[in-house]
Amino acid sequence: MRRKTIILLSLLFSGILILPLLTGCNAKKGKRPVTLTVWHWMTDREPVFQELASRYEAKTGVKIDFQLYAPSDAYSQKVRAAAQGENLPDIFGILGEKRDFASFIKAGHILDLTTYMEANNAEWKNNFFPKALAVNEFAEANSYGVTPGIYGAPIDIMTIQMVYNKNLIKQLGLNPRNPPATFQEFLELGKKIQAAGVQGFVSGWGELWMIDCFASDYAFNIMGKEKVLATLRGDVPYTDPAWIEVLDIFRQMRESGILAQGLVTMVNKTAEQLFANEKAVFAFNGSWCVNVYKGMNSKLDYGVMLPPQASINFPMSIWGGAGSSFMISAHSKNKEEAVKFLQWLTDRDQQAYLAQETNNLPANKNCLGKIPDILADFAKGMDVATHPNVWGVSEFSAVIEAWDRGIQSIIIGEKTPEQVAREVQKVKERELAKKRP
Amino acid sequence: MKLKSTTENYMFVLPAVLIFSIFYIIPFINVFYLSFTDWDGISRLKPFIGLANFKEAIFTDQSWWQSIGNAGYVTLIALTFQNILAFLLAWACDREIRLKNFYRVVFFIPPVLSEIVVGMAWRFIINDVDGANIINRSLIGMGLPQLAHNWLSDPKTALTTVAIVHCWKGFGWGFLIFLAGLQTIPRELYEAARVDGANAWRQFKEITVPLMIPVMVLVAILTILGTMQVFVLIIGLVGGEFAGHTSMPVLRILAAMRGSSRFGYACALGINFGAILMAISFVQYRISRKSRS
Repeated sequence: MRRKTIILLSLLFSGILILPLLTGCNAKKGKRPVTLTVWHWMTDREPVFQELASRYEAKTGVKIDFQLYAPSDAYSQKVRAAAQGENLPDIFGILGEKRDFASFIKAGHILDLTTYMEANNAEWKNNFFPKALAVNEFAEANSYGVTPGIYGAPIDIMTIQMVYNKNLIKQLGLNPRNPPATFQEFLELGKKIQAAGVQGFVSGWGELWMIDCFASDYAFNIMGKEKVLATLRGDVPYTDPAWIEVLDIFRQMRESGILAQGLVTMVNKTAEQLFANEKAVFAFNGSWCVNVYKGMNSKLDYGVMLPPQASINFPMSIWGGAGSSFMISAHSKNKEEAVKFLQWLTDRDQQAYLAQETNNLPANKNCLGKIPDILADFAKGMDVATHPNVWGVSEFSAVIEAWDRGIQSIIIGEKTPEQVAREVQKVKERELAKKRP
Repeated sequence: MKLKSTTENYMFVLPAVLIFSIFYIIPFINVFYLSFTDWDGISRLKPFIGLANFKEAIFTDQSWWQSIGNAGYVTLIALTFQNILAFLLAWACDREIRLKNFYRVVFFIPPVLSEIVVGMAWRFIINDVDGANIINRSLIGMGLPQLAHNWLSDPKTALTTVAIVHCWKGFGWGFLIFLAGLQTIPRELYEAARVDGANAWRQFKEITVPLMIPVMVLVAILTILGTMQVFVLIIGLVGGEFAGHTSMPVLRILAAMRGSSRFGYACALGINFGAILMAISFVQYRISRKSRS
């Protein structure tokens, strides 16, 4: 009797294990009021999202289930795993590069929003900053092989610029209204800063992408967009004098003493703490920092500036436009409801509320008047903003890695700009050779 | 009757076989399959590229071999410094000393702490910019200001600093296993040796060490397998690979998956790494068998 019970239990347990595999976890549900599931990673926005969800449910009867998965690395893996298992929620965001976004689209996971955006004389589309929308857009004959269209709705934008502490600048004998405008002026502050016993320039350069971003700003300034893109296409080598000049920016910064100690292993959170606690004069950070600094030191008096210009040949350009975006799953049973919700979420009132509560720049251009001054200063950078996701051509990951690591080596005085340029070009040629038939 | 009995027996093991197959065997086979593809982790298509991933990992990826070299260096320090420390402390706690239970608890605290917490705590202790700068202050206090510098951001000291923190975090495991091993040695052997006139060093050399060899081998294998796979501690301490100076195999595998979206290549690196670990364990096993015989 006992033996039979054990065998029955064993079969039952095995059945429980196998059943989800056979059914693909798709148990049929009865008719219920519509619930839209939204996955996101934005810890700072969670309470505001919950409040907006309540408002939307009160207005339409549609329940919005915002689910937070943080940190962003864990979120990113969850979305990939869900895509592999075809279990994506109704609405979600994609973190990563444009080619990752393209892979999701090509695998049929994301709904094309173009018709919704263009409806009623492009009413929805016209609400957005064009640069914010461009991140979610694939143009005709794009290099990713994606059917042209708009595949996501931006909910906020960002610009990555430099910030400076006004009190510390004053202590250095400068006018806080006129931070250094040229790279030479900036470098000359190195010795003064060291003498004052504070750190000069901080940023999350232990996280490689921020180095990449800073270098890209100077690449645009020194050689212009066309030459940068030509390099990405493989038409200009990294050993070109203009690229060596870009790398030399980092050598000069090291030698001037403007860089904070330990910058190459500094994560952005540490950089933010140092700047917020008035231990550093300059920081290179994104517009999200407004909320972070406010939380760390509400009395911090700081200003926003473009990275000081190193060349007069081309204007300084910064990364911007790309903030957080939401996509709709192509497999969602509630596509129409999901589109309506995103239209509501990106409408002026909701965007203004999001901006006021979370200090992020809104994607809706019609509500800029309602944001704090410091955010408005960050928004001004949109005029000179660009982003790798809108260039239409991308660099090989291996090349980006060699480039960022090379810059770290220059900062620690291990390699010269020329050496790094040669190494990067070698990796580039290897990657190009792989792609050749 | 026999068939019924056989079926019954299979029923008993079925849940375990299913769990093992679903969570171990199938993913394991899948990793092998993916390592021959150029899969990006998202697409439905998994283009078959044969041995290209393995060729790249073995013959052209210098950063991969640099990470293996770094892991080897940290492992060497752990094998020597960490395990000698663990053995000596276990040997001390095995004797009749005061507060030995207190020491046993204290020595086992670091291994049960989260790696990321240990990394960030030590970063705070070591760092001079955003931390307490305790090491440098102590050096200056001892009249050695020339040695004070940024330990984690200097390529000459970053990996060694990581290795020492790793040893601090990990020696408790070795301590516990060594202590358990020492307690299995019959006390009569020591008493007999003392009667025969053997001093403490002789007892240690002729009784403790030979009888502890199997335990030492076990601790060495566990140290190698654990240390070669270290990566969370590094993220906590230096934030990442620091121009390759603190790069580790698991960090490279993660970079291939997350940074480059090259899941197929990451799988090939994983297999390559697994093979290296198996080879090391096999050599160690052979050496230990030889030394025992």
